[in-house]
Amino acid sequence: MLKQQVANSFYKTIEEICKDLYIKALKDLPSDVRQVMKEAYDKEETETGKQVLATMLENIGVADKNDRLICQDTGIPIYFVKVGNKLSIDFVELEAAIIKGCQRATVEHPLRSSVVSPLKRENNQNSSGYRIPAIHYDVVQDNAKVEILMVPKGSGSENMSFLKMLIPAEGVRGVKRFILETIAKNVGANPCPPYVVGIGLGGTADLCMKLAKIAAVTRPIGSRNPDPEMAAFEEEMFKAINELGIGPMGLGGVNTAIDVHVEHAYTHITQNPVAINIQCWPARRARAVISADSSYQVGY
Amino acid sequence: MAEYTLKTPLTEEDVRKLKVGDKVTLEGVIFGIRDANLIRMFDGKVPAPTDLTGAACIHTAPNVRKIGEGKYEPVCIGTTTSSRMDRFTPGLMEQYGVRAVIGKAGMMEASMEAMKKHGGCYLAIVGGAAAWETDKILEIEDVWWEDLMPEAIWKFKVNNFGPLIVAMDSYGNNLYFDVKAKAVSKLEEIYKKIGA
Repeated sequence: MLKQQVANSFYKTIEEICKDLYIKALKDLPSDVRQVMKEAYDKEETETGKQVLATMLENIGVADKNDRLICQDTGIPIYFVKVGNKLSIDFVELEAAIIKGCQRATVEHPLRSSVVSPLKRENNQNSSGYRIPAIHYDVVQDNAKVEILMVPKGSGSENMSFLKMLIPAEGVRGVKRFILETIAKNVGANPCPPYVVGIGLGGTADLCMKLAKIAAVTRPIGSRNPDPEMAAFEEEMFKAINELGIGPMGLGGVNTAIDVHVEHAYTHITQNPVAINIQCWPARRARAVISADSSYQVGY
Repeated sequence: MAEYTLKTPLTEEDVRKLKVGDKVTLEGVIFGIRDANLIRMFDGKVPAPTDLTGAACIHTAPNVRKIGEGKYEPVCIGTTTSSRMDRFTPGLMEQYGVRAVIGKAGMMEASMEAMKKHGGCYLAIVGGAAAWETDKILEIEDVWWEDLMPEAIWKFKVNNFGPLIVAMDSYGNNLYFDVKAKAVSKLEEIYKKIGA
């Protein structure tokens, strides 16, 4: 198969885009998130909950008007990269461009560098370090483009990540109980509700956690899993979680989650893993699709 | 549910009149504190570099732009989850005379006890609403321990800072505990409904 060569400017374009996407994700809330937050305000029944949601809506307006970050937490920068199999690409150059773009956004904007080494807690002041930004690669078929989804993953939500290696005898019942009990007892007010609950089902421990992350941060609010069985599970858990009454910022109300997304994989006959990853209400993300000639489109 | 505008530094009388559910707007200054500077203060036993008597302290590590030696302007200032800083509240209130902690998601029993004993409160701000919050900060008046950047200690001059919701008062009331207790009590009923 003949692969399409990329333009000379291709990797420089990737660098610029990775810089711009980080800043865009921090400032420009996706349209689906804007919409669901308005709906949440209309639906909310408690006075305190309404007050909190009104401030969230006001915040979106101020960020737009003053070209300001939605939230101070610049997060751990994550880039989800889909590379078309018909593109001739140098992955070393691609990765270097992504990292450079992330660092430049931090220094040139400037943004707070929220990244430190795990033992000494040293901060390079450029949102990067060993293995960070986190970059996830996928190869997609019949395609000569690179798609980059940038997610600044804040800590209030990421700290509320949970994995349980249930056993087959616990079945779906055990999965449902683990999710609801974890939201009620551990997650609660911490990650800025109303949040997106990302659930990973199946796979291995590492894959299950990754699926929960993909569910929480990559999908538009209101989207449903294409598998009808999974979609029904999403709807059921969405309703059940909101019945807990945790409400906006955990101060009580009918809006605890703005959505529940599930991603799954087959698993071992002896295993029944379930993972939870939360995305806070601003659910920030920004996306770009780049062609071999360096032309590109930007969205959410 | 009453509404108050309070000037800093706060007195015990200011705080004792507050009850959970009340709304508070602050005028004056607030101090930005955070994991790293609290760890230095309490675990490292390095005294706070400024007087915190009657202070309102907010859990934050801001985005700032350096404009001179020790001078910064705000880029984006917002508030982080308080539970990580829970164990420092009693010390802040007892040793330093801090009266209000501003944060999100609330704190636990030891903080509640310190608030009861010393006359303190927890004021809930909306998380993820940093653009809104930054609008209410007029100036960064001072900064200490810049080597911990962004987790330095910050002094912000504020205007119309609120409404904040009193989520823990000086009488042992804690809105987060009430909401959580209700959620946990509903679990069995929800399990039944969905066959779990």
